[in-house]
Amino acid sequence: MQIYLPIAEVSVNAFLLLGLGGMVGILSGMFGVGGGFLMTPLLFMIGIPPAVAVATEANIIVASSFSGVLAHFRRKGVDLRMGVVLLIGGLAGAGLGVQVFALLRELGQVDLLVRLCYVLFLGIIGALMFVESLNAIRKSRTKGPAQRTVRRQRGWIHALPFKMKFRTSGLYISVIPPLAVGFFVGILAAIMGVGGGFIMVPAMIYLLGMPTKVVVGTSLFQIIFVTGFATLLHATTNYTVDMVLAVLLLIGGVVGAQVGTRIGTRLKAEQLRILLAIMVLAVCGKLALDLLIEPAELYSIGTGAGH
Amino acid sequence: MIRALLLLLALALPAAAEEVVADLSQDRVSISTSFDGSEILVFGAIKRQAPIPLQPPLAVIVTIEGPDEPVVVRRKDRVAGIWVNVEGIEVERAPAFYAVASTRPLSEALSETEDLRWSISTRQKLRAVGAASEAANAPAFLDALIRVRQAEGIYARAEGTVQLRDDTLFSTKIALPSALTEGNYETRIFLTRGGEVIDSYATSIYVSKVGLERFIYTLAHDQALIYGVLSLFIAIVAGWLASAFFRYLLP
Repeated sequence: MQIYLPIAEVSVNAFLLLGLGGMVGILSGMFGVGGGFLMTPLLFMIGIPPAVAVATEANIIVASSFSGVLAHFRRKGVDLRMGVVLLIGGLAGAGLGVQVFALLRELGQVDLLVRLCYVLFLGIIGALMFVESLNAIRKSRTKGPAQRTVRRQRGWIHALPFKMKFRTSGLYISVIPPLAVGFFVGILAAIMGVGGGFIMVPAMIYLLGMPTKVVVGTSLFQIIFVTGFATLLHATTNYTVDMVLAVLLLIGGVVGAQVGTRIGTRLKAEQLRILLAIMVLAVCGKLALDLLIEPAELYSIGTGAGH
Repeated sequence: MIRALLLLLALALPAAAEEVVADLSQDRVSISTSFDGSEILVFGAIKRQAPIPLQPPLAVIVTIEGPDEPVVVRRKDRVAGIWVNVEGIEVERAPAFYAVASTRPLSEALSETEDLRWSISTRQKLRAVGAASEAANAPAFLDALIRVRQAEGIYARAEGTVQLRDDTLFSTKIALPSALTEGNYETRIFLTRGGEVIDSYATSIYVSKVGLERFIYTLAHDQALIYGVLSLFIAIVAGWLASAFFRYLLP
């Protein structure tokens, strides 16, 4: 069934969009990532104009994250206090990121920088997570599943001032690291046009030492606000949010997120992490290949007045 | 006196002897939710008072042109091992859609000077005034623009698709793609002999969104904030509904 999208001004298959939304929704619920880093390239591939794809996707992420976060709330998997602290950093970062984005666009190479950002961050995070979770799985195999290693570094992070209790996470740390993580992810989110979950999740696990069970819900919680903010900005400045596209994708997305959350609770934390790592590496590999292999058509067409 | 009059008539004849009478199967295209491209039938006849001249050869050219828009064409090159946009030109005016259909190859049906005068071929439709200063090989960029858009079905050059019967009746079908933008689509029909345009006819097709498409588009542009909030509201409600539904279904 073909359907004409009023803002994107293209005609696409409605079932394709439902399926795409569902697939990304499952991943979103499972890993607590917004799914933006997967959805953007997929929407480009089916011929949605980039500006519309990025803006509409922010709107969809709000829906799937909200659906996911409700499920996590019921399982007490959201650290509200941590979420708010991350969010404060995140909104400030996003504000700066939008400025940086505008500056890069003026310089002309914004497309390349976004791609390089993707390859770099997806590559580093994917590789780190892959190695770490592989080690964790190996350890649990050799020593038996009963052994629980409480791995909490007492480094410089714990020497910082302004300590705060994060009861749900079981942490008593300074607010500076979460604020910094939020800020940094906010910048990247604005530049790369994603919710930032795939950076946020590992940062929360490895930098802040939060338990994996709380990480996903808390990440989703703050993603709702960051992407909601982005949706409003895109809708009022660029008029690029396509409601019809959004509705079709989010019907699939919210159902997928529910399914994903349930799959997520059945899997072990290490398994969850290694799956996410493989996915992140796969996307990274695809983007890197695009940069390295000679494209079939050297010329590309952009709309608008450029510069 | 009579001889002089005949001479005058003979001189005046080529300009007015043959006229195009044409019409379209539709002069409005409505983009509704289920819009998936459209096909326009262009048909007509050549009206004349005298017998059909045998030479020079007759040709009919039909063009449909979408609204103009500015575009940027960029070229990639390998820099330090990766493919990067190295240079680009700005094309001030390029039609959002352009199709040329003709009875015979355009190079035979139309001389270059007539093409310049009437801007019939796709290349003549592109206006890149500042391009020459931006890149050394601007024509390569314009050729690339045409090539890419032809591959996407936005520009079409259909030679030999106009059927001409007994040098009098003609018809052709031009497909409008599903990715159509709103606006007036100017339709022109040219009658040429030996590459010279002897008559032309112009009309336009009005393409517009209707119903829900119209409503959403207008809301998004005129009430952007309300539209944004509404989009968020739909997202939140959909997220909540899915959550509540699944909780009810699988407690």
